[in-house]
Amino acid sequence: MAQPPPPAQPDVQAEEAAAATVASRRRRASALRAAGLIAGLVVLLGILNAATHGDFLAPGNVVNVLRQISVNAILAAGQTFVIITAGIDLSVGSLIALSGVLMAGVLSREQPGVFAVVLAVLAGVGVGALAGTINGLPVVRFGLPPFITTLAMMLMARGSAFLYTGGQPIEIVNKYFNDIGTGLIGIGRIFGIPGIPIPVIVMLVVVFAGHFVLTQTRFGRYVYAIGGNEEAARLSGVNVAGVKLGVYVISGALAGVASMLLAGRLNSGVPQSGQGYELQSIAAVVVGGTSLMGGRGSMTGTFVGALLIGMLYNLMNLLNVQSYAQEVVLGAVILAAVLLDELRKRYFAPR
Amino acid sequence: MPITDVAAAAPPYLALRGVSKSYPGVRALADVDFDIRSGEVHALVGENGAGKSTLVNVIAGAVRADTGSIEIAGRAVHIASPKQSQALGLAVIHQEFVLVPELSAAENVLLGHEPMRRGVIDWFALRQEAAGLFARLGVDVPTEQKVKSLSVAQQQLVEIAKALSVDARVILMDEPSAALTGSDVDRLFAIIRALTAQGVGIAYISHRLEEVFAIADRITVMRDGKLVKTAPVADFRRDEVIRLMVGRPLDAHYPALPPDPPHTAPLLAVRNLTSPGRIEDVSFEVYPGEIYGIAGLVGSGRTSLLRAICGADRYSSGSLMLRGEPLHPRSPHDAIAAGLALVTEDRKLQGLVLGLSIRENVTLPHLDDFSRFGVIERERERTAVAALAAELSIRARSIEQAVRSLSGGNQQKVQLAKWLLERAAVICFDEPTRGIDVGAKAEIYELMVTLAKAGTAIVMVSSELPEVLGMAMRVGVMRGRRLIKEFSRGEASAEAIIRLATGTVAA
Repeated sequence: MAQPPPPAQPDVQAEEAAAATVASRRRRASALRAAGLIAGLVVLLGILNAATHGDFLAPGNVVNVLRQISVNAILAAGQTFVIITAGIDLSVGSLIALSGVLMAGVLSREQPGVFAVVLAVLAGVGVGALAGTINGLPVVRFGLPPFITTLAMMLMARGSAFLYTGGQPIEIVNKYFNDIGTGLIGIGRIFGIPGIPIPVIVMLVVVFAGHFVLTQTRFGRYVYAIGGNEEAARLSGVNVAGVKLGVYVISGALAGVASMLLAGRLNSGVPQSGQGYELQSIAAVVVGGTSLMGGRGSMTGTFVGALLIGMLYNLMNLLNVQSYAQEVVLGAVILAAVLLDELRKRYFAPR
Repeated sequence: MPITDVAAAAPPYLALRGVSKSYPGVRALADVDFDIRSGEVHALVGENGAGKSTLVNVIAGAVRADTGSIEIAGRAVHIASPKQSQALGLAVIHQEFVLVPELSAAENVLLGHEPMRRGVIDWFALRQEAAGLFARLGVDVPTEQKVKSLSVAQQQLVEIAKALSVDARVILMDEPSAALTGSDVDRLFAIIRALTAQGVGIAYISHRLEEVFAIADRITVMRDGKLVKTAPVADFRRDEVIRLMVGRPLDAHYPALPPDPPHTAPLLAVRNLTSPGRIEDVSFEVYPGEIYGIAGLVGSGRTSLLRAICGADRYSSGSLMLRGEPLHPRSPHDAIAAGLALVTEDRKLQGLVLGLSIRENVTLPHLDDFSRFGVIERERERTAVAALAAELSIRARSIEQAVRSLSGGNQQKVQLAKWLLERAAVICFDEPTRGIDVGAKAEIYELMVTLAKAGTAIVMVSSELPEVLGMAMRVGVMRGRRLIKEFSRGEASAEAIIRLATGTVAA
């Protein structure tokens, strides 16, 4: 198949040589930038660690941060799929509540055993996936903006959670279920840590799986193609409607998974829970470098975004920053992060 | 004729002298002189790519000329922006209207210079002013209605009134009749006459020679960025205009076409294909190894025909037969599975995902075959695309390079590679060489011939007549959504195609 390239004209050769030089210079520059970035990060972490008298990077605190970000990271993982297709999912915070009260409701009606946990989780994740289907159908069938359909779901799911519970939390007494939110997995103490919290493990599994799907599977490729150019994807024979519906189902189902961790930790299904989580998850995605315009982004970026936000909160707590001020700082950091990313693209992007 | 004498004596309102403009690899305008006098209709004709649009853009301030000067009423001026152009009394009405659909006709007419009173819009004055402008045109347009609910002809009137509202002395109309029906064209002519009677100069840019001869006072013919001839309409014969437009001998860089395949069993047969408002009753056949060209003006239904065949748009009646079997593509997916491929005219909007790599774009239609249980077999994908990229000599750092950063010619090869990965049986090319340089053009032509020799059927839509004549074995001509004429090999000539496509003669 592979033929030798056609005889190149002298000017083409010169051009290619020049292009190669530019390319190697660009590679060196980007390696240099990455090295600089890592060095800067190490220095910054060192300073912050010193400022907190070594509390910040203590193994116990690091595990603590990971546990704290687990719910948001899982929501953000689902959100990443949606945002890469140039969509948005505003309903995930409310779905946390709906899925949580439903799981608590199922558990309260069953014998407190493992079977009840399985049933409850199926119900919780299932209702999330169902809500995702309802989010996605009007988008793919009638071309409604996802902002609208998921905003509507945000209201409906929140209202349903209140209706279902009459406004009161439902207590969860099932030990197995509560272990999902609070349990540890470990073999003795390592670095003074009793074990890895189960939510952290669940989060890592979700992030790895999401990364795998986005980078290694047909579905993931279609997600990027649709976000990059929906019409080109359609003309290439991609089942655009199916894939777009799929991302909303994934996002809804992962809201159910996140809700399982939260409800297990709270030992109850709380209709007020998850308020504002949709925006936190979107923040993690955009800080992680995923474009709201679609077509570009990564699961690793999203994880780093969620981690940065979590670390920032943690740091501010360690430094005794007042909680109202924390919100101001977080907002400013999100703005700065995305602005920096934009400027970086503008000045360093090839062409 | 005393009036003509006076007009000729005064300097023309707008005059371009020795204007040139080059783009990388293309001389879009070469030393062009062009002027428009007050009260005249000056028609500008030429094939696609002759430089008309560039000339219009220079006058409109959208493009800056490299050299040459512009004079307004004998005074040298610089036009650096659309705003300056407007301030000098120049207005352009583009083929695609630039209106805000959700605003009323009156609001659109006065958009940006609304009459104000005490800091708020004076709605009464706004309506009065807009109505006054429409009255000046001698037409009645519902000023209160949203533009989106107006007919195309009415929207055009809004554009014209908008030009008058800024006191335009010269209006350039780019293909003003393209979207109009017969009676609307007559009305447009009445309005143009009303405007010229008021001293407004009109530049009338059109493919339709009939109209040009009906309305113009003078005609300028352009070809390959050069001015070929400017003269009063009485000095032209219609045949002469066509000859001047086409002018050149066919470019020599077309490869030798293989002989016609036997016309026994068509690979693709299109029967009475109809899609309301797009194509009507189109029938033709393509044989394996044949390159079938489709010529026609923009808007004649050429692109719609290809899109209907390839499943991009639904058709309402008619049928498709592939290798003698009926085919009903309900989506591009169906068409691709059957072996039909569409190489779109607009690579950036429809053909490619610019942010993805060459590899990812090429395999996008074929991922089913490059994955197992939904997981892509990256190595196999890479090997196949690398081989194809070498075969098509796609010039890039690697197949991992984003297609955004490739040249037009290489992007076109990537688009083609998508359909060669699993040899499509029929490839529909829409403007196969638009916006790519001469060298890449030759390579694309060679590829088309190679494919034809291998038995692929090719349907090629092109606005470039030399391309149609140089590359197609048979040529179908479309006009008004219909395929009105089919030329066998060697029968077609540029003059004959232009006559048919522009409606200068009946089919």
